[in-house]
Amino acid sequence: MAIPKEKEPIIKVKNLKKSFTAASSSFFKKNVVRAVNDVSFEIYEGETFGIVGESGCGKSTTGRTILRLTEPSGGEVFYHNQNIFDMKEKQFRTIRQDLQMIFQDPYASLDPKKRIGYSLEESMIIQKIGTKAERKERVLDLLEQVGFSKEHYDKFPHEFSGGQRQRIGIARALVLNPKFIVCDEPVSALDVSIQSQILNLLRKLQNDLKLSYLFIGHDLSVVRYIADRIGVMYLGEMVEKAPTDELFKNPLHPYTQSLLSAVPIPDPESRRERIILKGDVPSPLSVPSGCVFHTRCPYATERCRLEKPVKVQVDGNHEVQCHLYDE
Amino acid sequence: MNSDYLLQIDKLRVSFWTEKGRLTAVEDASFYIKQGETLGVVGESGCGKSVTAESILKLHDDQLTDYEGTISYHNQNLLTESEKSLRKIRGNEISMIFQDPMSSLNPVYTIGDQIVESLRLHKKMSKKDAYQKAIEVLRLTGIPSPEQRVHDYPHQLSGGMRQRVMIALAICCEPTLLIADEPTTALDVTIQAQILDVMKDLQKKTSMGIMMITHDLAVVAETCDRVVVMYLGQVIEETDVKDLFNQPLHPYTIGLLKSMPNMDSDRTKELHEINGSVPSLHQVPQGCRFAGRCEFATEKCRNEAPILEEVTDSHKVRCWHYQEISLKRGASNGDS
Repeated sequence: MAIPKEKEPIIKVKNLKKSFTAASSSFFKKNVVRAVNDVSFEIYEGETFGIVGESGCGKSTTGRTILRLTEPSGGEVFYHNQNIFDMKEKQFRTIRQDLQMIFQDPYASLDPKKRIGYSLEESMIIQKIGTKAERKERVLDLLEQVGFSKEHYDKFPHEFSGGQRQRIGIARALVLNPKFIVCDEPVSALDVSIQSQILNLLRKLQNDLKLSYLFIGHDLSVVRYIADRIGVMYLGEMVEKAPTDELFKNPLHPYTQSLLSAVPIPDPESRRERIILKGDVPSPLSVPSGCVFHTRCPYATERCRLEKPVKVQVDGNHEVQCHLYDE
Repeated sequence: MNSDYLLQIDKLRVSFWTEKGRLTAVEDASFYIKQGETLGVVGESGCGKSVTAESILKLHDDQLTDYEGTISYHNQNLLTESEKSLRKIRGNEISMIFQDPMSSLNPVYTIGDQIVESLRLHKKMSKKDAYQKAIEVLRLTGIPSPEQRVHDYPHQLSGGMRQRVMIALAICCEPTLLIADEPTTALDVTIQAQILDVMKDLQKKTSMGIMMITHDLAVVAETCDRVVVMYLGQVIEETDVKDLFNQPLHPYTIGLLKSMPNMDSDRTKELHEINGSVPSLHQVPQGCRFAGRCEFATEKCRNEAPILEEVTDSHKVRCWHYQEISLKRGASNGDS
């Protein structure tokens, strides 16, 4: 989808920061983990913005912080031009209806002792919406939308398979008619044949209900399929941001290049050059100086070790944070 | 048994006694592994791929498990071997890499101690020699400065490093067969690429056979020579890796391949879906086990169980209608 230039973004994230205090060996010294550092992006109406990266890169923390599931350490998030980080808890609660989340683990995110019908109605009860009958009607309606029948209303979570539970997780996120949903690895725990069902469902719902998604994932082929634009994160920073096709055709950041080349291709006859990175992601407790990627980068120079690169617009919508491009 | 087969599994049936009664996790599984080749075993959760692998070393609780069929290795049937002689094979001639390195390494011993233990037990090495060998295998798996790492505890290492230690532990006694149960599933893609590379290199050096258990068809394409596809406890297709991707015969395999989002597929198209979900092993359908989800299923499929039929020397499939299906597919591929 092309981004209409004049459109206002539904979600605008500006210089988002989140750090955690980690246990430390000394009473006087605090260890700070910078999980998310200076991340900015916008999401437009009806669009899917994807975030990819490896474990510990801060992609999930970004998603959770935007919805204030953990309190941010800095930066701003605008929802329709209102800064949601400035709001009091009470004021934010009314807006929270519009902002929902689908979690990774469908087994852990449903209360095993509650019937599905109740689990789905609960958020309407909290927000004091509708009468009992209206709520039930809404839930039955939703169950149908995600591919269930009326009988499922009275069932318990253990009676469902993983893929079915994820459908319930999706239905629950939809109960309050949200505008924006953070999907945090919604298909990672599912088998391939179920994964495609859920991805198709997410797409269909987006079209029908004009939803905007933030789709967080580590599987590049999945994110490529669902996202219109993608941000690549490494050690808490968004090192590259581009429309999906552009990113896959023309990855600029050396990290993105190696990440893309590491994805196995389901074709035994395709043999291609792979950029194998040396070593592991450094601990977020001791983030490298200069460019965060310089310890593993095949092109690293003295400058990368000392000076932090700034974000550069390469052409139009393609943004990269690397010294190779900031001449 | 064919002499170039390293391991041959014949009509394996594994069942467990559970609270809900007897549960057959693997039924009529037959396949073989040759020396120096990598055999992929693919399937979704509950298809019996891990149970099959663990049966080779008889890792299941003897009290609760019934085995039928044979697993032949060097003219002996592993299923009837005594615990004592199995112990000589486990970790020595046949070794295994598990999915989660954190829960399979002992947290209170250094990684060196754990490798040395295995070497001293199986190879009767002196402590000094065993440490030398441990450092050597750690180096082989690409661990930097192994002289120092050998004294580390598992918690001091990252996930990728731990998986390398698992590999080092598995190959230290120079096994003839390495069973890798989802060795890279818990790892990130860049680390996965490193680990798969290490395994390939080692195979070239030692010409061991590898049984690669995975749910990821892309990993299969990159690493395997031949493939066995399992569904609900049965082998439903067996073929070499090229045919698996170019001429899959079983509708389940075809569906799996089509439903994967791909790095160069058309993003605007809907993904292919396989209807429904895998039935429970407690309610195995009679007839073909895939019939309930199959778009080509007929009355015959629902009533009569198909056998694993040999289509060519290297290609077997368990489906009544594979010929018509591949004709239909050929026609529709021609159209597009």
